[in-house]
Amino acid sequence: MFERYGLGIAKGLSVTIRHLLRRPVTTQYPEQRLNPSRRTRGNELIWDKGKCTGCATCARTCPQGVIHIVTSVELEENKYKVEKFEVDMGYCIFCGLCVEACPYDALFLGYAYERARYRRGELVRDREELLASEERKPSAYARPQIAATLPKQTLLLDKDRGKR
Amino acid sequence: MAMQMLPPDWPGNFWAHWAIFTVIILVFVLATVMVFIWFERRALAIMQARLGPNRAGPFGIFQPVADALKVMLKEDIVPAAGDKIVHWLAPVVAFVPVLMVFAVVPFQGGAILADLNIGILYVVAISSVTVVGVFMAGWASNNKYSLLGAMRQVASVVSYEIPVVLSVVGVILLAGSLSLQQIVLAQDIPFILLQPLGFLLFFIGALAEINRTPFDLMEADSELVAGFHIEYSGMKFALFYLVEYAEALVISAIVATIFLGGWRGPFLPPWLWFLVKVGLVFFVIVWIRATLPRVRIDQLMALAWKFLFPLALLNLLITAVEILVFPAVSPWVLVGVNIAIMIVLVILWSRLFKLGGGRVNV
Repeated sequence: MFERYGLGIAKGLSVTIRHLLRRPVTTQYPEQRLNPSRRTRGNELIWDKGKCTGCATCARTCPQGVIHIVTSVELEENKYKVEKFEVDMGYCIFCGLCVEACPYDALFLGYAYERARYRRGELVRDREELLASEERKPSAYARPQIAATLPKQTLLLDKDRGKR
Repeated sequence: MAMQMLPPDWPGNFWAHWAIFTVIILVFVLATVMVFIWFERRALAIMQARLGPNRAGPFGIFQPVADALKVMLKEDIVPAAGDKIVHWLAPVVAFVPVLMVFAVVPFQGGAILADLNIGILYVVAISSVTVVGVFMAGWASNNKYSLLGAMRQVASVVSYEIPVVLSVVGVILLAGSLSLQQIVLAQDIPFILLQPLGFLLFFIGALAEINRTPFDLMEADSELVAGFHIEYSGMKFALFYLVEYAEALVISAIVATIFLGGWRGPFLPPWLWFLVKVGLVFFVIVWIRATLPRVRIDQLMALAWKFLFPLALLNLLITAVEILVFPAVSPWVLVGVNIAIMIVLVILWSRLFKLGGGRVNV
């Protein structure tokens, strides 16, 4: 009942002083990193060369039309050969429709998120640059089967409870 | 009072004394301001569950140095349509009075540049000159936001000067002197206990005068961009930044001197006691900044005129009555009585306190 007479201010002051004992929520980014969600839609596209049949379903689902795929017919083995697979990541909106649409699980969204470039041209990724590697891990978006291979997401909620 | 006024080995020559203390004050103010800037940013960050500056040096202690270097290398921009001479003068006019105030602040018994017998009056008079510099800055920038910020500053300083001075008068009555040295020597019980209401009023009023949160309307970032120093850059901006923290230092030092017993205290050397008290007051200022949101301009004015001013008058009356009518009563009784009076008065006045009629429906 004394909120109006200074008790409210005292309560506020006690809240802020108790924060002195609380652990800061800041993550000092380049040194400390949080693991994103396993199903994150990181800003890259990863292509599995072996699984791709060149059906071009991805190129047709892409709302931005940034996937450029050229195939030729290989008569002996009776299948398509992917001549060119090129994605302009500068126009990609990371909607993940290509990944969902791929009937052979040959496309993944990336797990990492540090793919900024200085020039637009550098964002056009060619076939070799689209392959998975140590830095370019695929995320489990629409691919739950690989979720277990990825690290667990760091939740700030757990960190927040701790003392300084 | 058996306290020694001057240490025996003190340099006696007037000019030596003057030179030594001018240097001490300059170094003290600049160094403490650096420490305060670092401390405020760190403490504020921790209270907001952040980290604060931690890159330059261990715990980021060199952050103010890095900031100072950066700001000195910046281009000095004067608005084309601004008043150039006033624009140049404003930071100096704002900065010099803040330094001058320290002339009468005793760092320990006798360690004082000039023990003026009108010390506290001098402080009140000189520290108000800063607002002229601020208003010059707001005017010379030829910018509506800076002028608005400067006008708010003038309004708040003019209004809050009155409760501040009136609550200081209570202290003067108790000490029987205007000299800060004498005020400290009179504090066998720190005046914060004998003048709790006076301390409260002085502290609130002082916060408003130096434009600290919750009264930082003149540089309300969200509405005025930055207030009076929008159009300042480079070293001139740095001077205003310095003024802001030097003013906080002034208020911390004055509060420590006239309410917390200045350099007096057990065990530690006196000058250290003084610094500890100054730091403590500054911590409270930062703490309040971390807690309270900014008030509106009408709340600011209403608080000064309808809350602080009448309470300051009452405080003065009560103090005068206590001194004139009950001079023989033990001070500890008065401490209890005064604290009770403070609680009753604050609650009563909070009940009466209303913001102005608000908008008029036509």
